[in-house]
Amino acid sequence: MQWETVIGLEVHLQLATRSKIFSGSATTFGAAPNTQASAVDLAMPGMLPVLNAQVVRYAVMFGLGIGADIGRRSVFDRKNYFYPDLPKGYQISQFEAPIVGKGTFEIQLEDGSTRDIGITRAHLEEDAGKSLHEDFHGQTGIDLNRAGTPLLEIVSEPDLRNAAEAVAYLKALHSLVTYLGISDGNMAEGSMRCDINISLRPMGSQTLGTRAEIKNVNSFRFVEKAIRHEFERQADILEDGGKVVQETRLYDADLDETRSMRSKEVANDYRYFPEPDLLPVVIDEHYIEAIRAELPELPTQKRHRFVTQYGLGNYDANVLADSRELADYFEAVVQRCGDPKIAANWVQVELLGLLNRSELPIGESPVSAAALGALIARILDNSISGKIAKQVFEAMWQGEGSADEIIEARGLKQVSDSGEIEAMVDQVIAANAGQVEQFLAADEDRRKKLVGFFVGQVMKLSKGQANPQMVNQLLAKKLV
Amino acid sequence: MHDKSVAQLIAGLRDRHFSSVEISRCFLDRIARLDSTYNSFITVDEDAVLASAAAADTRIAAGEAAPLTGVPIAHKDIFCTNGMRTSCGSRMLDNFTPPYDATIIRRFNEEGAIILGKTGMDEFAMGSSNETSYYGPVRNPWDTNLVPGGSSGGSAAAVAAMLAPAATGTDTGGSIRQPAAFCGITGIKPTYGRVSRLGMVAFASSLDQAGPMAYTAEDCALLLNAMAGHDPLDSTSSEVPAEDYCAGLQEKLQGLRIGLPRQYFDDGLDAATARRIEAALKEFEAQGAHLVEVDLPHSQLSIPAYYVIAPAEASTNLSRFDGVRYGHRCENPADLHDLYTRTREEGFGDEVKRRILVGTYALSAGYYDAYYKKAQQVRRLIKQDFIDCFDQVDVIAGPTTPGPAFALGAKSDDPLAMYLEDIYTLAVNLAGLPGMSLPAGEVDGKPVGLQLIGPHFAEARLLNAAHQFQQATNWHLQRPASANGEVA
Repeated sequence: MQWETVIGLEVHLQLATRSKIFSGSATTFGAAPNTQASAVDLAMPGMLPVLNAQVVRYAVMFGLGIGADIGRRSVFDRKNYFYPDLPKGYQISQFEAPIVGKGTFEIQLEDGSTRDIGITRAHLEEDAGKSLHEDFHGQTGIDLNRAGTPLLEIVSEPDLRNAAEAVAYLKALHSLVTYLGISDGNMAEGSMRCDINISLRPMGSQTLGTRAEIKNVNSFRFVEKAIRHEFERQADILEDGGKVVQETRLYDADLDETRSMRSKEVANDYRYFPEPDLLPVVIDEHYIEAIRAELPELPTQKRHRFVTQYGLGNYDANVLADSRELADYFEAVVQRCGDPKIAANWVQVELLGLLNRSELPIGESPVSAAALGALIARILDNSISGKIAKQVFEAMWQGEGSADEIIEARGLKQVSDSGEIEAMVDQVIAANAGQVEQFLAADEDRRKKLVGFFVGQVMKLSKGQANPQMVNQLLAKKLV
Repeated sequence: MHDKSVAQLIAGLRDRHFSSVEISRCFLDRIARLDSTYNSFITVDEDAVLASAAAADTRIAAGEAAPLTGVPIAHKDIFCTNGMRTSCGSRMLDNFTPPYDATIIRRFNEEGAIILGKTGMDEFAMGSSNETSYYGPVRNPWDTNLVPGGSSGGSAAAVAAMLAPAATGTDTGGSIRQPAAFCGITGIKPTYGRVSRLGMVAFASSLDQAGPMAYTAEDCALLLNAMAGHDPLDSTSSEVPAEDYCAGLQEKLQGLRIGLPRQYFDDGLDAATARRIEAALKEFEAQGAHLVEVDLPHSQLSIPAYYVIAPAEASTNLSRFDGVRYGHRCENPADLHDLYTRTREEGFGDEVKRRILVGTYALSAGYYDAYYKKAQQVRRLIKQDFIDCFDQVDVIAGPTTPGPAFALGAKSDDPLAMYLEDIYTLAVNLAGLPGMSLPAGEVDGKPVGLQLIGPHFAEARLLNAAHQFQQATNWHLQRPASANGEVA
């Protein structure tokens, strides 16, 4: 049977506030255990939560970013369960009245096509601490630095149909939240974690199958692998006539498998009820409009603008608009050199190539956008060829100076002196009598191919500096 | 000196008739001599008291005294005190010393008031008789066979026995007013949000409110001046500016409209108590107030609503006591489950466990709508009853309790009978209103409390009415013989 996968994602996004959602403790990653845990975070008796206003602002920014309804009166609830790294014995979350309601979100797939994915809701909550099971000789250590870190849990509709779409959704989400500046999006540090709800149904069926939930997957690659693995597992069960059990599973990246978590943890009754220590969050039109006015251009808008304003293809626009820094860099290159298509090509191929190889983020590129733009300008004014430009770019990367300085110092300026080129053309023709003979004997079509040999020889002789256009013209004139 | 009011102590300190050290020594001596009878204090740190008193005297000498500088005040052991054990009357916190002060403690410290000690209470403020404390029952100074009321029974008994000139309490369903009534003193539960809850161990977050207890309304006003006000660290604390609660005490009551809810004078009210209340109301009438019968049609629902909402909130507020970070932890836990169950089994008493179970049940899947949600709907109706009443009257008056203090052990095996003790006080918490109790006579030597209830933030009006009543009567001047007999 052909199976259709139905996937919904719950993304836990860490918001980039300096202090926690309900206390003044810092949220800096990597501090020594329990050095960022205040009396509130430790749930000392009599301590009370105070909502961080920046957290609300960030949630509203996200809601506006996906065109969602903003909850005008959202309510915090207590989600009750016992766990050693949950100091209060409950997590403050939002249940019935989340801050962000329904919205939609455009994602772009590898082939350049787009899809709208529904967002069910997004709500605010606090993170728990960490239980440390190693280094304590059979006992457990608790680190509460992370307890109270603000999270926005973003719940999608079951609109995704395969691993590639799920990854595209996550990448688009990552792009959006980093554009908005509401999260650092650092997945390695847990700033974006994902629960995957996945079920299968016969292709064409409209009813949903029984789902499994895979908890806490923290990279794009693992999401993809976990989904592929879970698809296989469920398909095997269904094809053997079995039934998928609704349960929570864990993806083990080392073994590349999902396995069932203890069912006890699934059967929790969280006894949600409104948190009496906090007032409902009331948001008015004025507040929303003030935030809307300050929203930056978002990835989707930018992508569309790149297509219409610069004439880029969907794929190029998608890559370049992926991060705000990259898009800004690209636009600065265009500004300097004036040719968006060549700029797009250079940024994607040469720049991103070297950045990836050096494992550098765009912000730490040794070559500034203006410098790259200046280099491209030298291609456009025929000072150097594209091939030479790559050499110059490598030198710029190594810190040897600006494009002009390197071209000057290395004597790479394109030779456009017709006398000099003519001498080289003559030399090549004289040294390759056999090829000339062949050429002259060939028909028009074949000549077009054979001429490349002579161009190559001239370029070689000129160490790549001869103006290729002039070489072609002179060859056409002489090879008769 | 021990029978002076706070107002008199302030005047005496200002006029250098005595020093804070002298006052403090006087009360410390009385506690040392008498409290073995009442058991009203859990913790007293004599050295700390005397050091604070000496500092207060220095401040007074320098002419930098705030109103309460040098005045010793006892605090219910529910308020966290930096460096001083805060037990909440529970084995769970018997070993707990907070590294911070509750906001109200900080405010009293800033005024230069002296922390005289921490008073006994029902465990986690759950009780109406002070019999559920890990530290044993507190006894009523008027008759040591009687309960002092609860949960702020230690504070009430300490003030009544003149072991402290004034005390703080907390009131979730009557825990200031009922013990004030039983012990013949005055106590006020302010409007919800008037006094910060930060650093006050939570029982039921949407109902808890701290307030002062003393012999007179004027003393309560003096203490409330220090306690009331917005606290940015308590999100439920009100931004309505606090008033000077002493400023209006002298206003006459001519024309004051006093509502008498018919439901507060029904068959459930002890006949002798009713007569004392009626006599007290006549005094208000004599001062020019008008008595108007009013209706609180949903008041009989306050007990079921309260005993769903309060335990529900308590059940999760008390989840933090898990033996992991502070407080009691069982010996040698075998695993996590054992750590939780044995720690909580050992650390909590029966009444606390009962309420955790009731509250957990009320919030459970499948029961939430029938219990918690329904109780919240009832709560809104009860609040609306009061709002409607206050269209017709300025204050509401009635008994604080159905009868005077009962004997120790009389109701401790019957939770429902015990819960009925709060029938006239619970609705005030559910509606978030200010309410107070003041001495209004006695029945067979047992004090009777008159309750006054006001609209939101009308503390000043209640204190004014109580003060005017106390100017014309002397019920608040009565002292229990057991405490008087020991006058040095």
